[in-house]
Amino acid sequence: MNYEAVIGLEVHVQVKTRSKIFTRVATGYGHEPNTLTDPVVLALPGALPVMNKAALDAIIKAGLLLGCEIAPVCKWDRKQYFYPDSPKNYQISQYDQPMCLGGTVEIELPGSARNIMGEHKKIPLTRIHLEEDVGKLNHGATDSLVDYNRAGTPLMEIVSDPAMHTAEEAYAYLTSIRATMIYGGISDCDMEKGQLRCDANISIRPVGETRLGTKVELKNLNSISFVRDGIAHEIERQIALVERGGTIVQETRDYDGMAGTSQSLRSKEEAHDYRYFPDPDLMPVKVDAAWKSRIQAECPELPFVKQRRFFEQYQLPYSLTSVLVWDRELADFFEEAAKLSGKPQPVGNWIANDLLRELGTAGLGLAESKVRPANLAALVRMVESGAVLGHAAKEIFVAMFATGGDPAAIAEQLGLKSAPTDAGELEQWCRDSIAANARALAEFKAGKDSAINAFKGSVMKAAKGKVNPKLVDETLRRLLAAS
Amino acid sequence: MSSDLHFCTITDLSAQLAAKELSATDLMSAVIARTRAVEPRVHAFNSCDEANALTQAAASDARRDDGQSLGPLDGIPIALKDVIAVTGQPLTASSKMLEDFVSPYDATVTTKLKNAGAVLWGRANCDEFAMGSSTENSAFGPTGNPWDVTRVPGGSSGGSAAALAAGEAIAALGSDTGGSIRQPAALCGVVGLKPTYGLVSRYGLIAYASSLDQIGPFARTVEDAAIVLGAIAGHDERDSTSFKTDIPNYRAELATRRGPWKLGIPKEYFAEGLDPEIGAAVEKAIAFYKSQGCEIREVSLPHTQYCLDTYYIIATAEASSNLARYDGIRYGHRSKNAKDVVDLYFQSRAEGFGAEVKRRLILGTYVLSSGYYDAYYLRAQKVRTLIRRDFLNAYREVDALITPTSPIPAFKIGEKSDPLAMYLCDIYTIGVNLAGLPAISVPCGFTKSNLPIGVQLIGQPFQEANLLAIAHAYERAHEWSAKTPNL
Repeated sequence: MNYEAVIGLEVHVQVKTRSKIFTRVATGYGHEPNTLTDPVVLALPGALPVMNKAALDAIIKAGLLLGCEIAPVCKWDRKQYFYPDSPKNYQISQYDQPMCLGGTVEIELPGSARNIMGEHKKIPLTRIHLEEDVGKLNHGATDSLVDYNRAGTPLMEIVSDPAMHTAEEAYAYLTSIRATMIYGGISDCDMEKGQLRCDANISIRPVGETRLGTKVELKNLNSISFVRDGIAHEIERQIALVERGGTIVQETRDYDGMAGTSQSLRSKEEAHDYRYFPDPDLMPVKVDAAWKSRIQAECPELPFVKQRRFFEQYQLPYSLTSVLVWDRELADFFEEAAKLSGKPQPVGNWIANDLLRELGTAGLGLAESKVRPANLAALVRMVESGAVLGHAAKEIFVAMFATGGDPAAIAEQLGLKSAPTDAGELEQWCRDSIAANARALAEFKAGKDSAINAFKGSVMKAAKGKVNPKLVDETLRRLLAAS
Repeated sequence: MSSDLHFCTITDLSAQLAAKELSATDLMSAVIARTRAVEPRVHAFNSCDEANALTQAAASDARRDDGQSLGPLDGIPIALKDVIAVTGQPLTASSKMLEDFVSPYDATVTTKLKNAGAVLWGRANCDEFAMGSSTENSAFGPTGNPWDVTRVPGGSSGGSAAALAAGEAIAALGSDTGGSIRQPAALCGVVGLKPTYGLVSRYGLIAYASSLDQIGPFARTVEDAAIVLGAIAGHDERDSTSFKTDIPNYRAELATRRGPWKLGIPKEYFAEGLDPEIGAAVEKAIAFYKSQGCEIREVSLPHTQYCLDTYYIIATAEASSNLARYDGIRYGHRSKNAKDVVDLYFQSRAEGFGAEVKRRLILGTYVLSSGYYDAYYLRAQKVRTLIRRDFLNAYREVDALITPTSPIPAFKIGEKSDPLAMYLCDIYTIGVNLAGLPAISVPCGFTKSNLPIGVQLIGQPFQEANLLAIAHAYERAHEWSAKTPNL
């Protein structure tokens, strides 16, 4: 029998706010344990939460970016369970009125080759809600320590419909969410720092069946490739189990990405009754149209939309757009340089090949690049006008990357400027070359156009490379026609 | 008024302090001496830090000498219920759970009192986590009513009321969730005000039931209550439920608001179960207002019969959640007998909480449980809306309501062993909390056995100035507050 997997993802994204969601203490990662705390974070007797507006702004932005319906009121509920990482033993969250409903995440599946665009799909979302993150437990041999630095960091939970069918789709979904959040300035989505976390609900059913099978929740998918591998592994496990005549039980399983195995954490019977109720410490907050349109104005163009625009506006090939559009700063860099130079494709090539290579080698981010869009645009214009030659331009770029500055000045400095300004000298070199290559002359006269290259070679040699090939070509053709 | 300093009012003492006829240090010393003398019989305090209080008093004197006095409360010893956080002082909620807990931060009301120059004095005993009506639920033993120490002072803010009545403080703060300021005020013969929900910040108040809790003053007179309320009221950005409203000068308003008022008598509040002596005293108070030209009207609060049930669903539900933080992990009582983390929760909470707290936590957990939420919690919230509507309807006709504060006077310690009988102590006060309204209990007489009686005036939302003026009009014409207990 053929089986189809049904996958839904619950993605947690830490919102990048300066302070925590219900108090003024700073958010942060890698600080001394329990230094980012105060009476509210530690749930001391009498402490009360007060909502951080920036966190609400962020989820509204996320919702608008993903096409969700934004709730008219932000309402808070308490999700109650006892665990040492939860200082109040309840988590302030949103239960029956999530901030965002519906919406979709556009994904791209791998194409048949790297330079061929893959299939696009829109994965429907169920909801996005806002809540507070919990602390972190560190288990020792005989005791456990708890660090509340993370507790109270604003956290969005993005829940998809059970609408994905392969590990690749889940992988693409997560990649797209990450790009969207980074684009929106909502989160840095660094999975190593726990800024993006993912749980998957997975079931299988025979192809053609419309009812959902028994789902298994897979936890601890703490890197994007673990998400893909873990889901693939779980689908295989379920199919193998059913094929052997076994039954899938509703449970939560822990995926070990290093070992590529999973084990059961708890069954459905052990599921919590969270005893949700509206948090009486927090008043509902009205989100009116003006608020939404203020956030809408801050929403950036998303990568896939940008990619389609780059196809149309700049006639860029897929391979270039897929390099440029996933990094908002890189795309902006490209657009600025493209506009200044009027030559989008060469600009795109320079960025994709040279700039990214140099940044990678130097271990720098784009913001640290000494080559600015105006510099790259100037270099591209120099090449296009023949003021420098291709190989010289590469040298100029490397120098410019190291020191920064205007490429014309660097070319001057390095003596890489092309074109003998003396037309007479070039004409003489051309005459000499034609005179020295009787065979090539004969071939050219006989109609073999490529024979002209033989003359060009010796002209270039005579000019020590510092000559505009276009000019050489023109001069040679003029002289050849006359000879 | 008594010539003993410890029985004087804020109004008198602040005048003497301002005239430099008295120093804050002398006043504090007198209160300490009085406390030492009567505390063994009253047990109003869980702790009091004499040295710290004298230091505060000395600072007050220094300010006054510099001409930098902070106002009428500067140098006045004020007791705080042991559920209000003061930096560096114990904060126990009268629970074994927090027996050794010292607060690292100030409640907003604490900060405000400090800013007004008050000398923070004594952590007043109360029912554990403010759950009770007699202060017998304190893990550290009951408080005696200064009028008869074999009787309860009421609760849950019984220590605050008793400290004031016994002359161990000049004013006090309590918290009122279902009557916890007004009922002990009535039973101890002092003034007790529960402000409108949202008028006074709850930041730093140990939460019992968040949507009902409100901090308020105990004082010897309405004017003193107005002074303290003026110091603690106002919007606080640390409490989302605190309300943005202008705070009038409550004390000055007493003189400008002279009535006559229209007063409503809710007929449901004079039904069976009301002690006849209390009924008679309240009728006299009503007659007084009538004699002053006030219009008295009978009104109906038809959902009154549901108040107690509604309260015990909402309050316990919120409490079950609010008290979840007391788990022995970060602070508070941690069991030494636990085998693992889950056992640590069970053991620490089993050992740390008293019987009444456990009863309410279990009830609250139950009503929020899956499958019961709609039938209990959600329904209770709907009834709560109806209860509030009852009051607001009545306020279309009248300015305030007048009722008994407590159906019975102070009862014997240990007399009420049935929790339900105890819950009935709050039948006249609980509706006010559910409706979020301000209400004040003012002394209105004594029983034949010399136990104080209080009359309750219930006001309109954020109309404390009016409410205080109405209470003040009665108080000025009577001498009840001049009487002090023989201890």
